[in-house]
Amino acid sequence: MITIAAGLDFGIFWQPAFDRSGTYFRFLLVGLQWTLLLSISAWIVAFIIGSIVGVLRTLANPVLSTIGAGYVEIFRNVPLLVQLFLWYFVFPEIIPVFGTWFKQDLRPGLQQFVAAMLCLGTFTGARVAEQVRSGINSLPGGQRAAGLALGLTLSQVYFRVLLPVAYRIIIPTLTSEFLNIVKNSAVASTIGLVELSRQSQQLGEFTAHWYESFIAVTALYGLVNLTVMLLSRFVERYARLPGYVGGKQ
Amino acid sequence: MITIKNVSKWYGDFNVLKQCSTEVSKGEVVVVCGPSGSGKSTLIKCVNGLEPFQEGEILIEGISVGNRRTNLPKLRSRVGMVFQHFELFPHLTVTQNLTLAQCQVLKRGAKEATEKGLRLLDMVGLQTQAKKFPTQLSGGQQQRVAIARALAMDPIAMLFDEPTSALDPEMIKEVLDVMVKLAQEGMTMIVVTHEMGFARKVADRVIFMDHGQIVEDRPKEEFFKNPGTDRAQQFLSKILSH
Amino acid sequence: MSEASNKMYAFDWSSIPGALPYLRNGMLLTLEITIVAVVAGILLGTVIAVLRLSPNPILSSLAALYVNGFRSIPLVMVLLWFYLLVPQLINQVFGHPTLDIRLLSAFIAFSLFEASYYAEIIRAGIQSVSKGQVSAGLALGMRGGQTMRLIILPQAFRRMIPLLLTQAIILFQDTSLVYVIGLAEFFGNAYNVGNRDGTLVELLLFAGAVYFAFCFAASMLVRRLQKKVAA
Repeated sequence: MITIAAGLDFGIFWQPAFDRSGTYFRFLLVGLQWTLLLSISAWIVAFIIGSIVGVLRTLANPVLSTIGAGYVEIFRNVPLLVQLFLWYFVFPEIIPVFGTWFKQDLRPGLQQFVAAMLCLGTFTGARVAEQVRSGINSLPGGQRAAGLALGLTLSQVYFRVLLPVAYRIIIPTLTSEFLNIVKNSAVASTIGLVELSRQSQQLGEFTAHWYESFIAVTALYGLVNLTVMLLSRFVERYARLPGYVGGKQ
Repeated sequence: MITIKNVSKWYGDFNVLKQCSTEVSKGEVVVVCGPSGSGKSTLIKCVNGLEPFQEGEILIEGISVGNRRTNLPKLRSRVGMVFQHFELFPHLTVTQNLTLAQCQVLKRGAKEATEKGLRLLDMVGLQTQAKKFPTQLSGGQQQRVAIARALAMDPIAMLFDEPTSALDPEMIKEVLDVMVKLAQEGMTMIVVTHEMGFARKVADRVIFMDHGQIVEDRPKEEFFKNPGTDRAQQFLSKILSH
Repeated sequence: MSEASNKMYAFDWSSIPGALPYLRNGMLLTLEITIVAVVAGILLGTVIAVLRLSPNPILSSLAALYVNGFRSIPLVMVLLWFYLLVPQLINQVFGHPTLDIRLLSAFIAFSLFEASYYAEIIRAGIQSVSKGQVSAGLALGMRGGQTMRLIILPQAFRRMIPLLLTQAIILFQDTSLVYVIGLAEFFGNAYNVGNRDGTLVELLLFAGAVYFAFCFAASMLVRRLQKKVAA
C-alpha cells in the first residue's frame, strides 16, 4: 500500500489529454458535467413518472391501482444494467415511432444520453412512486374526507391537500433517490456515454495512472454527494411547516 | 330537506347500517347518539356521500346522494361537515383554509373569499389567528376554524361528526357555544355527539342508534323524560351520570 | 411514415434453446456471487453495525466513515477499484496469482460494498429493540457484549429478515455489473450469445424476463414472510 501511495503523481491532471481536448483535469470535468446533466434530466423524468404512478397506487379504482403496482414491479425486478441495454439495443428496434426517431434522428452521443436518461428515469420513477405512495398513505384519512366534504373534486383534493403535504414529508427520501441516480449514472459508461466513471477509465487506460484517476473521480462523486445533501437540508428547512415534523403534528 | 330512507350498508359481511330512515326539516337540529359501534358516524358520512351505501336512498333537497349521475362535489359543497379530528389543512394558513374551497369550488374571487373568511373567523372569535397555521392553534381553536371553513361555503345544512370528542374538557364549551349560536340562527344541523347538555339546549329531536339501527327518533323533551326503549334508558343513565 | 417503421421487428428466438446450458452456468455464477456477498455482507455488516453503536467515539466514527464512504460512490467504481487493487495486493502477498482474479475481486468488492448497506439495516434493527432489554440483561449480571450477542441481536435479526432478503434480491440484480470488469455471469453470457448470433434483441429480452421471474417470485415470498413476521 505504502509503495503505491509513494508512487502517485497527481501532476498527471495538468497534462494534455489524449484527445487534445485540454488537460486531463478538464477531461474529468467534462465527464462530471455529463454525469450531472444526465442525473438532472433523469430526475425530472423520474419525479413526473413517480408522482403519477404513486398517486395511481393510492386510488380506490382497482384497475388504476393495479396498473401502478404493475409498473413498480416490472421496473424493480429487472437489473438496471439489463434495463439500460434494453433501452439502448432493444427498444429502438421493436418500438415503431420511437425507434425510428432514435436510430435516425439522433447522433450516437445523444443516443447514449437519451437511452440512459429514459432508463434511469423510468427505473427511479418506480422507486419514487413507492415513496409518494407511502407519503400520501401516512396522512390521516380525514384529510381526504375533509377535502371531499368541502366539495373539492378528487383531483383537487390530491393537488391542493394531499400532495403538498406528502411531498414535504418525503423530501429526505427523494434526496436519497436523486443521489441514487447520480451513482447509477455510472452504468451508462457501458454503452459509451462520456460520463465521469468512463472518463476515469479512459484516463487510466491512456496514462496508466489508474490510482490518481480513481482517487480523483471517487472524490468528485463524494463531493457531489455532500453538496446535494447540504442543499436538501436547506430545502427541507424552507419547506417545513411550523409544528409539523415528519408527518406528525 | 334531508330524507334518509331505508338505508342499509355492509362492510364485507358486517351489516353496519340496518334499514335506517328519518327526515330532517329545514331549521331542525337533530342530535344522533348511541354507544360506539352503533353506526352513527357511518350514517352521517353516508349523508354527504363520503361513505357509500348498498340499499336505500338519501335525498338532499330532492337530489339523490346515491345516484351515480348526481354531481357529488357540487352537492357536498352545499352541505357542511365538521370532523372529530378537525382536519384542517396543515400546509395552509387559517385564512387559506377558509378560502381554498370557496375559490376552487364556488369560484369566488380571492378578495371576496378572504372577506367572507375573516367575517366568519370573527363570528367564531378567532379573527386574530387569521395568519397562523393550524398546528399553532389549540384543539378548540382548530375546531372553531373548521366550523368557519364549512360555513364559508354557505351551506344549507351542517353535519357534525363527534365534534368535541377529541377535545380536552376545558375546550369543549367554546366549540359548543359556536354550535349553539348556529342552531339559534336557524341552521339545519345533524349532530353526532355524546354532549347531552347541548342536546337538551338546542336539539329539536334526538335519534338513538344501536347496532346499526335507529332505535329511537323522538322530540327532545319526550326522549329525555321518558325514552321508549330499555337500551336508550341504559345509555342515557350511563351518559348522564358523568 | 417510412416503410421501415411500419414493419414489425422479426423476432428470432432460435439461438436461445442451444445456449441454455451456457446461460445456466452463467446463472450459477450469478448465484455464487450473490450468496458469497450476502453471507459476507451480513457478517461484516453486523460487526460494523455494532461498532457504529459503540460508545467509543473512535470506533463509531470509523464505522460511520466506512458506511458513508461506500454508500456515496457508485458500485461500478467500487468494482473497478477492487479490480485494480486486488491483483496488486495478491502479487505483493502471494506472488503469482493462480486464481481467477476477476472473480476474486468481484467477491471482495461486492462483500465490502453490501456490508455497508447491511450495516444500516442491522443498525436500525438493533435500535428497534427496546432499551429495556439491555437493562434486563445487565441487571442479570451479563456483560455488554453478552447482552448484545444473546439478547439484542437475535431479536433484531428476527425483525430484519425481510429487509435483509430484499437487499439480497437487489444484490442478485447488481451482480450483472461485473460486466464492467469483463466477468461474464448470466447477463454477460446472454449478451455474448446475442452478440455472437446477431440476436441481441431476443437474448436481452430473454434475460430481462428471467430476472423478472426470479426477482418477482422472490419478492412475493419475502412479502408473505413479512406478513408472518408481523403477526
